[in-house]
Amino acid sequence: MQTTLEKPLTSRLRPDGEPTSVGEYERAGGYRGLRAALNMTPQEVTELVTRSRLRGRGGAGFPTGMKWSFVPMGKDAPHPKYLVANADEMEPGTFKDRVLMEGDPHQFIEGMAISAYAIEADIAYIFLRGEYALSARRLSRAIAEAYERRYLGRDILGSGYSLELYLHMSAGRYICGEETALLNALEGKRAHPRTKPPFPQVSGLFGKPTIVQNVETLCNLPHILANGADWFLGLSRTVDGGTKLFGVSGKVKRPGLWELPLGVTLRQILEEEAGGMREGTRFRGVLPGGASTDFLVEEHLDIPMDYTNVQKAGSRLGTGTMVVLDDKTCPVGMLWNLEHFFAQESCGWCTPCWSGLGWTEKILLAMEQGKAVQQDMETLRFQTKFLAPGNTFCAFAPGAVEPLQSALKYFAGDFQRHIEEKGCPWR
Amino acid sequence: MLSQEEREEIEAEIAHYPAKRAVCIDAMLIVQRHRGWVSDESLASLAQFLDMSTADLDGVATFYNLIRRKPVGRHVAMICDSVSCWIMGCDRIRDHVCFRLGVPMGATTDDGRFTLLPIVCLGACDHAPAMMVDGELHTDLDEQRIDAVLQRYE
Ligand SMILES: Cc1cc2nc3c(=O)[nH]c(=O)nc-3n(C[C@H](O)[C@H](O)[C@H](O)COP(=O)(O)O)c2cc1C
Ligand code: SF4
Ligand code: FES
Repeated sequence: MQTTLEKPLTSRLRPDGEPTSVGEYERAGGYRGLRAALNMTPQEVTELVTRSRLRGRGGAGFPTGMKWSFVPMGKDAPHPKYLVANADEMEPGTFKDRVLMEGDPHQFIEGMAISAYAIEADIAYIFLRGEYALSARRLSRAIAEAYERRYLGRDILGSGYSLELYLHMSAGRYICGEETALLNALEGKRAHPRTKPPFPQVSGLFGKPTIVQNVETLCNLPHILANGADWFLGLSRTVDGGTKLFGVSGKVKRPGLWELPLGVTLRQILEEEAGGMREGTRFRGVLPGGASTDFLVEEHLDIPMDYTNVQKAGSRLGTGTMVVLDDKTCPVGMLWNLEHFFAQESCGWCTPCWSGLGWTEKILLAMEQGKAVQQDMETLRFQTKFLAPGNTFCAFAPGAVEPLQSALKYFAGDFQRHIEEKGCPWR
Repeated sequence: MLSQEEREEIEAEIAHYPAKRAVCIDAMLIVQRHRGWVSDESLASLAQFLDMSTADLDGVATFYNLIRRKPVGRHVAMICDSVSCWIMGCDRIRDHVCFRLGVPMGATTDDGRFTLLPIVCLGACDHAPAMMVDGELHTDLDEQRIDAVLQRYE
């Protein structure tokens, strides 16, 4: 797309907050990526996306092309196959997918059609969080327009390929974002995660091959197909391709969301884009990719924000939307708020998670109320190990203790003060 | 008993899935859109319509926080209590809304105008604190803005 070379995902967003219309989208080169895909074989599309080094933007960062390559293809593959867009965005501190769906719904739909074609899917669902009512209205309209113009439905653009696309409204609960829990929710069940293997690529929705993909990931596809893998790699300052939506909330001067090259430094985002800390506050730390990522602190400000470097620094790029902790905000209070969320949202399937997080939340509240004892520090440390990867049924619990384990490392003195001073020094 | 309209909307959803029960969450949300909540009676009619047991359907209903098994007011105000809003002072926002409406969180005002509920991150963290009333997002809240917002819902 000509006009969108540096910020392909966001350059068509209108300043008035209205969605890009289908006409505007087409004039800006929209649906060219889908046309290009339909002129290739599904395998060629997958190869192109693999070469572009697009990695999942939903939190785990799995390479997209590789994920598709596990789907059984060809005449003997089971059908119907499914593509599910994970539009459940509920990670506290995360506000990127909503912007993409509300502002440029056709980009998202085109991305879905391309991904579905690459795995020869017959049916696609958008699994949309229930609170996103405005996204729902705009997507419904855009889906109808896409059907009218033959970007969806039978025999898309005369290619012989057919795809039905439906919108599903979710009814709440953070765990629905976990891809196997999401599949249970979409089947009308309680959203408990499933055992893997079998992986969804082989046996997913209704037991059929299924790909679950984040909204932002899908929105990159039209541009990769239209402009090529080398162009996509060139957008980034790191080995993985593309731009990334980075967001900042908390007490910075200009909280917001920006599309930037993968690999910009944390300092650049916090100081140049977000304008630095508000008058009278100092930076203490940041959750770099939503509530379930480890804190980064001052010493990490110059790391490039990409999958590899954030991991090296002991955290995860996650959703790329950051929450800043300042010196006027109590770290223990913040942790209490986070663990309250996780304790509440645990799906209840396995005991270490539902019980351990409830216990963790209680201790943090006791610290805030001045009722904690020295032994509680040990218990908190124990919980972070007890809920580490491998000890629970899904990745929810390990994510839940990531902010806690890093806070115990970087803000140990603040926890200690709550115990010694029998209360919260910030109150 | 399901109304004609509810039944048609549910049928339209059923056409999108290979199995009838898959739409049970959609179906409950449809009933809720028409009646405000899912009563025991609605639940039983829905279960019958979808060839499920009532207990099975209630098991699904009770998992999801947006499915309401109790009546609510004419408007539902959901106040975000997740981390970015907490940092930006959502406790104060909650207290002010409760004070203005004269009820604690979780309750419905005597005149049936508002039900107040907490909600997790609304995806508006760069404009925290945030709340949602009947699916409409209100951001950058302070006491003044809350008063102005509440006035718009009769
Ligand atoms: C507890 C939990 C919640 C999640 N929530 C979301 C979510 O809201 N949106 C999302 O895209 N991915 C979420 N994920 C990640 C998904 O499981 C999955 O990895 C992702 O949707 C894959 O898409 P991607 O490869 O395009 O990133 C969550 C994972 C876990 C463990
Ligand atoms: S780790 Fe938590 S969310 Fe995941 S299955 Fe166990 S109880 Fe459920
Ligand atoms: S934390 Fe309140 S909107 Fe995200």
